[in-house]
Amino acid sequence: MNVRIRGTVRIDTEACKGCELCIEACKPEVLEMTSTSTNTRGYRYPELLPGCTGCRACADVCPDFCFQVYRFDEPRTWSPEEGLR
Amino acid sequence: MTTDHRQGAGETPARIVPSHEVPPDATLVADNTAELIDVGEHHLCPGCGEPIAIRAVMDGLSLLGLAERCIAVFGIGCSTAFSNNLDVEVLQALHGRAPSVATGAARSRPGLAVFTIQGDGDLANEGLQEVLHAAARGENIVCFMLNNGVFGETGGHLTVTTTIGQRTKNTLEGRDAARHGHPMRVAELLAGIDGVGYVARGAVNNAGNVARTKRMVVEAFTAQQQGLGLSFVEILTMCPTGWFVPTTEAPAYLEETIAATHRVGVLRSALG
Repeated sequence: MNVRIRGTVRIDTEACKGCELCIEACKPEVLEMTSTSTNTRGYRYPELLPGCTGCRACADVCPDFCFQVYRFDEPRTWSPEEGLR
Repeated sequence: MTTDHRQGAGETPARIVPSHEVPPDATLVADNTAELIDVGEHHLCPGCGEPIAIRAVMDGLSLLGLAERCIAVFGIGCSTAFSNNLDVEVLQALHGRAPSVATGAARSRPGLAVFTIQGDGDLANEGLQEVLHAAARGENIVCFMLNNGVFGETGGHLTVTTTIGQRTKNTLEGRDAARHGHPMRVAELLAGIDGVGYVARGAVNNAGNVARTKRMVVEAFTAQQQGLGLSFVEILTMCPTGWFVPTTEAPAYLEETIAATHRVGVLRSALG
């Protein structure tokens, strides 16, 4: 299974307060909250799944400024075997 | 500083894309904070809409190149503490009095972009006359009202903008017109006053509305720069703590309960 990836995000998990607004905002549905892991303040935080488009909706709605959004100069692909390439 | 605190970090599940490193061959399209927000960390509640609204204001200032010649006047409310995080000049006004303080600043320094940031409790309950009279005088300032329908800082009780059916600390069953009176639509009130150059109402409950609100901020400052009179932008913000709703349900609650009464859109514009 190859997934086309146009962008990616850098997540400041320590800044997150676990409000999950980014999960709702993410159109490709590639953000997922951790189920057990928390940051040092005890909040669950989002993790990125393959398929980000770099649309920046997560950054627009995040009240805690956790996201840096990047767009790849050339779209890349992701597969479970090889990861991002 | 980003740290990976996942238990057993290094054993990242295969389907999770690593998101702690700067990716190679990629362009940054959205940074953590707006250019004029020095420190992102704040003590506002999870899911609060106010940092999103203030970022929209800061983005508008940056876009128009007004950062070097602006003065922000903050009222009293949850958002007041956030003024410490901003890289602009800030004056602190007493409850409801921000438009009057801004009047003084704008008249003594007419070349500056003077703007106020207040909550609905501050602007509409504690000092409604200040903004109304500033509008009637046609003061050349921009007033922002962050409207969540509750006095967030002092415990979450209802304000004059609380909509019918909205839950607050003292309307737990929802605001009832017979008991608690009717909500006041402040933007509509301002739009009816000669002397205003621009009136709009935005919201920050989804990415589309955030983008729309940023455009309103730019238009409001543009009207101010053209000397068209007072500009007013009301921004609907989430307060999941004050509304007693989960953070994930707050954007929909805003859409269905608040925005049904306080309609989003441009109400008046003297811009060409």
